[in-house]
Amino acid sequence: MQWEAVIGLEIHTQLSTKSKIFSGSSTAFGAEPNVQASIVDLGLPGTLPVFNKEALRMAVKFGLAIDAEIGKHSVFDRKNYFYPDLPKGYQITQLHHPIVKQGHVDIRLDDGQVRRIGVTRAHLEEDAGKSLHEDFHGMSGIDLNRAGTPLLEIVSEPDLRSSKEAAAYFKKIHSIVTYLGICDGNLSQGSMRCDCNVSIRPVGTKELGTRTELKNINSFRFVEKAIDAEIDRQIDILESGGSITQETRLYDADKNETRSMRSKEVANDYRYFPDPDLLPVEIDDAYIQDVRDTLPELPDEKIVRLVQEQGLSEYDASVLAQTKEMADFFEETAKSCGDYKLAANWTMGELSAALNKHELNISQSPISSEQLGLLVTRIKDNTISGKIAKQVFQSLWDKEGDTVDAIIENKGLKQVTDTGAIEAIVDEVLAASSEQVANYQSAPEDKRKKMIGFFVGQVMKASKGKANPGQVNAILAKKLG
Amino acid sequence: MYSKTIKAISDDLADKKYSSAELTTELLNKAKQHNETLNGFIRITEEQALSAAKKADENRAKGISTPLTGVPIAHKDLFCTQGIATTSASKMLESFIPPYDATVVTRLSEAGVVSIGKTNMDEFAMGSSNESSHFGPVRNPWDTERVPGGSSGGSAAVVAARLVPAATATDTGGSIRQPAALTGTTGLKPTYGRISRWGMIAFASSLDQAGPIATSAEDCAMLLNAMAGFDDKDSTSVKRPAEDFTASLSSSLKGTTIGLPKQYFPENLDPKVASLVQSAIREYEKMGCKLKEIDLPTTQHAIPAYYIIAPSECSANLARMDGVRFGHRCENPENLDDLFTRSRAEGFGDEVKRRIFTGTYALSAGFYDAYYVKAQKVRRLIKNDFARAFEEVDVIMGPAAPSVAFKLGEKGADPLAMYLEDYFTIAINLAGLPGMSIPAGFSDGLPVGLQIIGNHFDESTLLNFAHQYQSVSDWHTKTPEGFEG
Amino acid sequence: MALSSTEIKEIAYLARIAIQDNEVPHFQKELSSILDFVAQLQSIDTDKVEPLSNPLDQTQRLRADEVTETNQRDANQEGAPLVEEGLYLVPKVIE
Repeated sequence: MQWEAVIGLEIHTQLSTKSKIFSGSSTAFGAEPNVQASIVDLGLPGTLPVFNKEALRMAVKFGLAIDAEIGKHSVFDRKNYFYPDLPKGYQITQLHHPIVKQGHVDIRLDDGQVRRIGVTRAHLEEDAGKSLHEDFHGMSGIDLNRAGTPLLEIVSEPDLRSSKEAAAYFKKIHSIVTYLGICDGNLSQGSMRCDCNVSIRPVGTKELGTRTELKNINSFRFVEKAIDAEIDRQIDILESGGSITQETRLYDADKNETRSMRSKEVANDYRYFPDPDLLPVEIDDAYIQDVRDTLPELPDEKIVRLVQEQGLSEYDASVLAQTKEMADFFEETAKSCGDYKLAANWTMGELSAALNKHELNISQSPISSEQLGLLVTRIKDNTISGKIAKQVFQSLWDKEGDTVDAIIENKGLKQVTDTGAIEAIVDEVLAASSEQVANYQSAPEDKRKKMIGFFVGQVMKASKGKANPGQVNAILAKKLG
Repeated sequence: MYSKTIKAISDDLADKKYSSAELTTELLNKAKQHNETLNGFIRITEEQALSAAKKADENRAKGISTPLTGVPIAHKDLFCTQGIATTSASKMLESFIPPYDATVVTRLSEAGVVSIGKTNMDEFAMGSSNESSHFGPVRNPWDTERVPGGSSGGSAAVVAARLVPAATATDTGGSIRQPAALTGTTGLKPTYGRISRWGMIAFASSLDQAGPIATSAEDCAMLLNAMAGFDDKDSTSVKRPAEDFTASLSSSLKGTTIGLPKQYFPENLDPKVASLVQSAIREYEKMGCKLKEIDLPTTQHAIPAYYIIAPSECSANLARMDGVRFGHRCENPENLDDLFTRSRAEGFGDEVKRRIFTGTYALSAGFYDAYYVKAQKVRRLIKNDFARAFEEVDVIMGPAAPSVAFKLGEKGADPLAMYLEDYFTIAINLAGLPGMSIPAGFSDGLPVGLQIIGNHFDESTLLNFAHQYQSVSDWHTKTPEGFEG
Repeated sequence: MALSSTEIKEIAYLARIAIQDNEVPHFQKELSSILDFVAQLQSIDTDKVEPLSNPLDQTQRLRADEVTETNQRDANQEGAPLVEEGLYLVPKVIE
C-alpha cells in the first residue's frame, strides 16, 4: 500500500528578551545553576507575575510576519501538572485566547515548488527549568535558570506531508524569527525546540490516522530523521496488522529510532483555567500598526528583491536569503563590491564550500564580508584574474595576510596587463614550441580554436597565472596569424 | 498606663508619655502571658520587635516619624516576613523562612510600625473558626471555649484581648469581617486591588485581599493609609491617587442612604443577631440616614459559586508546595510521585486537602464548563446585583455573621455547616467590594458585628459610616474580662 | 452527586496528594455533599452572561524588559529541603 504522512509541528521559540516573561531575572544562557532563578521563577509563596512588554511586542511581530490575525484580547491560563522542573505546579500559557491566531508561511521545496503551510496559532508561555541527569547519589538535579524564559509556541496545521517538508517548514520559521530578531535561533542551546505530530494514512484517503508526538527535537536534520524513522515504524506496524498507540515518543539519534516516553504514559488532565494573578492583555490597532512599522525585510521579500532588482536566480536568492546571517553577509559583500551576481557566486561557491569543509557557519567565517567584497572588486578591476582570486581567497582563509590587497601585494599576484610584457612572454613561448606552432598553422580554421588553448596555457604558466587572459588570447591570435 | 487605640498611642508617643520600647516590652509580656490561653500567636518575635521599637524611638527623637511610628501591631502569618518563619499555619511551611517581605509588611515597616509577632490562622486561610491551624485552634477572649472565627482568628483574638492595638489580616470570603464580628473588633476588607498581594501567601488570587483588624474605624483608617497603594509587583494592584482615609471620618451622614438587602435578613437569622443589627441601623436613622430595602437576588448562589472558584484557584496556588524548593518534604522518597504525593499528604491538613480536591475536580476535563465557567458567570450576576444597588444607596448594611461565636468543635464534623458561616460576607469578595464589620452589641456576653458594604474604592465612605456609629456607641471599647490590664 | 472511591483516588492523584484507603470514605462523603451543594448553580440562567475572572475587569499592565534581579541563590536555597552544587535534588527524573 502507498502511505502518506500527515505532520504538524509545534515549535517552541525562546524570545530574545533581556529579562524573563514574568520576572526581572536575566535570560542569558549558560549561567551557574539557579543563579538566574529569582523568587518569582522559583514560585516561592506570595510571589506574583508581571508581564514583560517586549515579549508581547515580539509575539505581535511574529504574527504580522506570518500574515496572522493578532489576538487583541489575549488571556494567560494556568496549565496544571506536577514536574520537578515546573516550579509553580502549573505553566502559564495561553489556551483559548492566544496572542497570534491563524496565519501561514510559504515553504520552497527542492524542486522549486512553493507550498503554503497553515499556522494555527502562536501563543506566549513560560519555559520550564531543566533536570540534570548526572548522578547525584542516584538523584537528579534541578536547575531553574531557564524557568520563566519567554516562549512563543508556534503551532502548524497538519499540512506537512513529508519529513523534508517538515524540515523546510522548521527552517522557514527559524528564518522568520531570526530576521525579526525575536529569537537568536541557536538550536544547539535549545532556543528553538520542535515537537512533531506524525500520523500516516493510505494515499487518497481523507481520514487521519492515530498520531504520535515526537518531543523536543532541536535540529533540522533530526526533524527529518526522526520523522522518517517514525513513519517507517508506523508503516511497519500497520502493514503487519497492528495499530498505532497515541503517545509521546522520544527520538534516539544514536539508534535512529523513536521510543515511547514512559514518564508521559499517564494521560494528563491539565485543568486549564485563566490565571487570576494575570489579567487579559488588551491591544489596539494603533499598537499593532506601530509594531508593523518596525518590521524588517522578511526572507520572502528579500528573495523577490534579489531576483527582481539584482537579477539573481530564484534558487540563488532563496539559498542566500534563508538565514539572516547568510543574507546579511551576502548583502554586505554585494554592497562592498557593487556586483550582486559575482558576490552571490563567491558566497555560495568558494566561501560556502570552505565553511562546509571546516564545519563552520557563516558567522564564524574567517573571511569578512568586507574582504570578500574587496576580492570581487579586484577581479572586476582586473587587478587579479578569477583563478588568482581563488589563491588569494585561500591565503585569506589561512590568515596569511589581513587584507586582499596586502596578500596580492606581498605575493606579487597582481595581474600583468602591460601589452609589451605579455608580448615578450608570448614570443618566448612561441619560440620554444616551434612544432606546435607549425601544427597550428597547418591546421584547418575550425580546429585552430581548440589548439590555441595549449599556447594560452603555456603563457599563463610562464606568467605564473598573472597575465591577463583576454590580452593573452588577443596577442596569440595576432602572432599566430 | 498605656493607651489601647492606635490613635491614642500615636498621640502618647508624640507627647513622649512613654516610649515605643516601653510599650512594646509591656505588650510582649502580655502576649507571652496570654498566648498559652488564646494561642493567637504562632510566633512572638521579641528580639525583632524590641529592635524595631528602639529604632522607632530614635526616629521619633530625630523628628522622622509618621503617625504609626513606634505603634506595635502583629502580622497574620501568611504575610511573608524576611528572615522570620511564615507558615500560613501549615505543617507544609513550618520551616519556611522567606527571603523577602510582603509589600504590606514593607509599607508598614516603612511607616515605623513595630511587629511583635505572627498571628495564628486557619491553615492557608481556609476556614471560619481557626480550628484548621496546624498550630492548634485560637480561642475567643470573650469565651475561651468558643472560636474567634476565621481565618484571621489569631489577629482578631489578639486585638480583642488588647495584646496589640491592631493586626494585619486577609479576607477571601469573610476572613476579616467574620472573626471581627465574633470578637467585637473592627475589621476592614478593602476593595480588591487596593492593597498589594505581593508576599501574601495566596489562597484564592482573585478574592484575597489584605486589611486591618483594630479596635476602631479610626485606627483602621490610619492603618489603611499605610497599607494601601499601587505596587508594580502585583498585576492586580490598582493605580489610584493617594487618599487620606482619616480625612472624612467626621463627615455628617445626614441625607445618605443605607441599602438593606432583604436577603440579608432571612427568617432563620439568629433573632438576637437580627435585633442588634436592627438597633445599630436605627442609630443611623437617628443620624439622618435614609433606609431603603434593596434586592440582591443572586445572594443565595454566592456560597456555591465561591466554593467552586476559591478551591479551583487554591488547587493551583498550592501546587507549588511540592517538597522540591521549600517547605515540607517527606523522608526518603522512593520516586518523584512518592516525593510529591507523600510530601503533600503529610504537609496539608484535611480542610486544605478537601478544597484542593474540590478545585481539582471542578477544573478537570468534562466538568470545567459546568462548574468553573458557570461559577464565573454567577459571579458576574452577583457583581451586577451590587452595581444596581449602588446606583441608589451609599452603603449596604447587614449582619457580618449569622450567629455569635460558636463552641470549638461544634461545626467540625460538617464542612458545609462551616461554609455557611460566610453567607453574609462571601458575595462581597466575589464582587471585589470593600466591607467592614464593626461591633454592634452583645448577645449573652458575646459580640455581634454589623457589616457595612461600600462601592468599589469607596473605603472613605465606609470608614465614615463606621466612625460615626462608634462616636455614638461604645461597643468597640469593651474589653473581655481578664484582658483589661 | 456521589463520587466513587475510584474517582476520589483519581482526583487525589491528579492533585498529587497521597490518600490512604481508610481516608477515602470520608473524603468521598464530604466531596459528594459539597458537589451536591454547588450543583444548585445549574438552575440559574446564565445564557447571555460573560464569565467574570477578575472582580474589577482589569486589564494587564506591562513591565519594561529590564533585568532587575541579582543572584540571590544562597538566600533562596537556605531553607530548601535538599540542595547540592546549587541544584535542587529530587528522585531520578525518568524520561
